[in-house]
Amino acid sequence: MNGLGKVLQAREALLLVAGAILLALVSTRSPGFVSPSNLAGVFTDSAILIILAIGQAAVILTRSIDLSVAANLALTGMAGAMLNAAYPELPVPVLLLASAGMGLALGAFNGLLVWKIGLPSIVVTLGTLTIYRGFTFVLSGGEWVNTFQMSPAFLDLPRTVLFGLPVLAWLAVAVIAAAALLFRRTRTGRALYAVGGNPVAAVYAGVDAGRTVFLAFCFSGLLAGLCGYLWVSRFAVAYVDIAAGFELDVIAACVIGGVSIAGGVGSVAGAVLGALFLGIIKNALPVVGISPFWQMSISGAIIIAAVILNTRAERTKGRVILRRMDIGREAGA
Amino acid sequence: MSMLTPNAPLAAEGRADEGRADAQAGVQTGTPAPRFIPDRIEGPAASILKSWEALLLALFVAIFTVNSFASPYFLDIWNLSDATFNFTEKAIVALALAFVILSGEIDISVAGIIALASTAMGATALAGHPMPVVVAAGLLTGLACGAFNGFLVTVLELPSIVATIGTMSLFRGLAYGLLGDGAYTDYPDGFDYFGQGYVWEWLSFEFAAFLALAVLAGVILHGTAFGRTVRAIGHNPSAARFSGLRVKRVKFWLFLTTGLAAGLASVMLTSRLGSTRPSIATGWELEIITMVVLGGVSITGGTGSIPGVVLAALVMGLVTFGLGLLNVPGIIMSIVVGAMLITVIALPVLARRVALWLRRPAP
Repeated sequence: MNGLGKVLQAREALLLVAGAILLALVSTRSPGFVSPSNLAGVFTDSAILIILAIGQAAVILTRSIDLSVAANLALTGMAGAMLNAAYPELPVPVLLLASAGMGLALGAFNGLLVWKIGLPSIVVTLGTLTIYRGFTFVLSGGEWVNTFQMSPAFLDLPRTVLFGLPVLAWLAVAVIAAAALLFRRTRTGRALYAVGGNPVAAVYAGVDAGRTVFLAFCFSGLLAGLCGYLWVSRFAVAYVDIAAGFELDVIAACVIGGVSIAGGVGSVAGAVLGALFLGIIKNALPVVGISPFWQMSISGAIIIAAVILNTRAERTKGRVILRRMDIGREAGA
Repeated sequence: MSMLTPNAPLAAEGRADEGRADAQAGVQTGTPAPRFIPDRIEGPAASILKSWEALLLALFVAIFTVNSFASPYFLDIWNLSDATFNFTEKAIVALALAFVILSGEIDISVAGIIALASTAMGATALAGHPMPVVVAAGLLTGLACGAFNGFLVTVLELPSIVATIGTMSLFRGLAYGLLGDGAYTDYPDGFDYFGQGYVWEWLSFEFAAFLALAVLAGVILHGTAFGRTVRAIGHNPSAARFSGLRVKRVKFWLFLTTGLAAGLASVMLTSRLGSTRPSIATGWELEIITMVVLGGVSITGGTGSIPGVVLAALVMGLVTFGLGLLNVPGIIMSIVVGAMLITVIALPVLARRVALWLRRPAP
């Protein structure tokens, strides 16, 4: 475990170094980019991606995948915005809880299908991705909820600055801290790794594998629901297509952060760094004068490079045959 | 005796009469029955699985009938012919992707390939090249993208799901980078045939090509050693490798073919729309995968059939078309398709569970 921990730490250190080099390169073109206030801005801008990536990491750790996070976000965000538009006097914390609770329910639905019926998670969440997005349309009738329909309290919460950072960034910090504790210090957290590393051994060790996967989906859904409110409030508009395709950014952040799609390998720090890496690129491109239209292909190239590096790193652990078979099996799942 | 109890339902599920005979023999002699290991799952529930195509066919007929009554415009040969356009291109890619999924891999980059191939065609057309060159540019781009995917998965041994998420961003990203918010709209004479032409009366070129490719794919999967190889690889890649099958080479070919199919779909789509934007075919990857899975191809590889995929394409096309005639917005149809996907996959599992429960050994 200690050796494994070192490999993991080394990988995150590598990512940290890569991020620092990236920042140094950008600062040669635009020194202002690395100023603390701008970096804080980049962090705030990446906050939603960070939160979602942590939820996704929990799911991927158990050898599953959650493609429905962005659709979940859209549905809960729309519901929150409509609730706010209809009952402006409802306090924001209640809305926040409602969004998170609704996200939790949507995640639990995914989890139940995977746990109780034993369907492959990729098929389930592919289905619920279109269903949740569809219900966003049904709920809103295709209408937008615009800024003027939202209450000032609803819009202000993520923007309120506390100790130099907006609440949105503090929420991300809180989620990071909570998830780090959950992953490393709790039974459920360790079970995530056990189930992903070797489901059969985990069952023999007394871990309820199905229930653990279910809880991972609940966690991912809960965070997606939280992000539903944050997204709508931050961009001050809700419509059917918000965050369309964002699920792939979230998975990309995990992959870049070294969360292995074959399960059992990864950390909160990795997912956060992966999300920040994408966030830095997104914010740096306009600064260094590259058309933002190139952003997508650059993140694509980075994902491929990260997967190549991570796959190589996994292979040096001295159980080549086992690992390859695992990857081969996982590739289709 | 404790060995007998878990075996009994397994045997019963396997082959009803034989299994029961074994169990009785075991009880009579007082020794555990010879362990019956079915080589395939049969029985009432599994027969639903086996006749997946029958289920889809029934669904198809049902939707067809309902649609005929629901809208007076449905049963019109020209309307039906028009209806094929909205799923044919996806279905062509689904035919190739079915092989990839059968082999236990996945390709999420297909829609990205369509976008990049379309951009390549737009650029060649803008440079003033004639129609055959433009088409070749599209097909070759698809082939190159497929080769790149195949390289990542077979040579660098990356898990295909993340590798193709990466290439999906890369391919579509290149289209965005090259085109930005612009569009290519000038295509040479004759190019419109691929997406708008008719081979005979109401039979469009697109649909005719789809039918021909479906027959070809069906023959390859169900009638050749290559088809069996693909399924063997999907069932158990290690066993396939130990049996001397060229697992990596076969997988490479499958990714290459999928790239080519996406290139062909791109030619048709670009020709039909008459323009290229980087957002072309956005979200198609999920619809195409849905088509394959709905067609009964197991997402973990090994099982599935081409007739199933063809029927799934027709069912999805009909649902979309029928609801469209009833003025149901497209996004509602996506709820129907998503629910259909989960229900159809869950149904055999639940049916098998009910059958097991009914045939549970008496206490």
